[in-house]
Amino acid sequence: MSEKTRFAKSYLVELVVYAVIVAVYFILVLHFLGDWLKEIFDKNKVIYAVVALLLMLGQGVGLEITTTWLLRFIRRRTD
Amino acid sequence: MNFPISGLEISPAYLAVTGFIIGVLGGFFGVGGSFIAGPALRAVGVPWNIAVGTDLAHIVGKSIVAAKKHRALGNVDLKLGFIMAIGTIAGAETGAQLIELLKRHGNVNLVVSIVSIVVYLSISSFMAWEAIRTMRSKKSAPKKSVLEPKADETSFSHITRKIQRLHIPPMISLPASGIERISLWAILLVSFVGGIFSGFLGGGAGYIRMPSMVYMLGIPTHLAVGTDLFEIIISASYSTLSHAIKGNVDILIALVMHTGAAVGAQMGASLTEFFHGPKIRLAFVPLPIIGAAIVIYTMVSGHKL
Repeated sequence: MSEKTRFAKSYLVELVVYAVIVAVYFILVLHFLGDWLKEIFDKNKVIYAVVALLLMLGQGVGLEITTTWLLRFIRRRTD
Repeated sequence: MNFPISGLEISPAYLAVTGFIIGVLGGFFGVGGSFIAGPALRAVGVPWNIAVGTDLAHIVGKSIVAAKKHRALGNVDLKLGFIMAIGTIAGAETGAQLIELLKRHGNVNLVVSIVSIVVYLSISSFMAWEAIRTMRSKKSAPKKSVLEPKADETSFSHITRKIQRLHIPPMISLPASGIERISLWAILLVSFVGGIFSGFLGGGAGYIRMPSMVYMLGIPTHLAVGTDLFEIIISASYSTLSHAIKGNVDILIALVMHTGAAVGAQMGASLTEFFHGPKIRLAFVPLPIIGAAIVIYTMVSGHKL
């Protein structure tokens, strides 16, 4: 299998698996955090700002770990 | 789907796909992609002030990963990064205050739209000029010579030398970047200007700061990329806090966009294995034009896409 085909195949599989994970994540985050964040946003903007930044930092690190692991796992299987 | 913070109805799939495209562009071209993110959010009815703040929030998540990778490669000058973060934060706050001023006068959307169109078209023009010039010089160069990163430095080196010769105390040295002496004020000024663009138009403003670091301060390109990403974590975090306190961040939109960006960035970085040369930079040229076109469309029609 050529390098380009292997690249395309592994990323295609990663996209499908990742899309499922992200869809579940959307439902959880938007369902559970939406109203809570709106409440903080209306009551105290400083707390909202800190929570928002922490959520973004946490997701940044979390998704990096997820995508790296996913790609390694899929590439091992497709090799 | 309803996003309760901004009260907007936006499809999460649209946001994730937008994030994905921005991620691929970021990984492939090494840019933040705010020239696409801002107009893309604006196109679905997000007011400019929220588009700017939300884009900054999603950049925080993206830059952590990229900066971590560059730090491992030794491409980060920490001293320069911390100094630049001070200038960028001051500039970003100035940009955010300008947004607030425009919000009070009720013309934020019109002014930011016009400024963004001018900036995006300028980026495209500069990139096209630079890529074509590099390709021409490559053609006229002897066959064996490889495109050297110092080719651009030569044409701008007289400016770099003048700036490095400026004697406005305090003078500092940047051993990691190979600079013996440079005025602290020169670094702060470059980062301050970048910060204003970042606070006013959103994004990391790497399109302004990166060339300034290389051509004006004389920082080697690979160190400029890594250091810029490192300082963006600090400055974009500050800007996110600042904009969020002013009510300009819908963190739920930013989180959804980032889900796409995370996987897109990885894909874009891997794609660079298969493409090389100034043709990549030439391929970049239409992107800010697309951003400008979306803004013009939104302005003229007054409707969402």
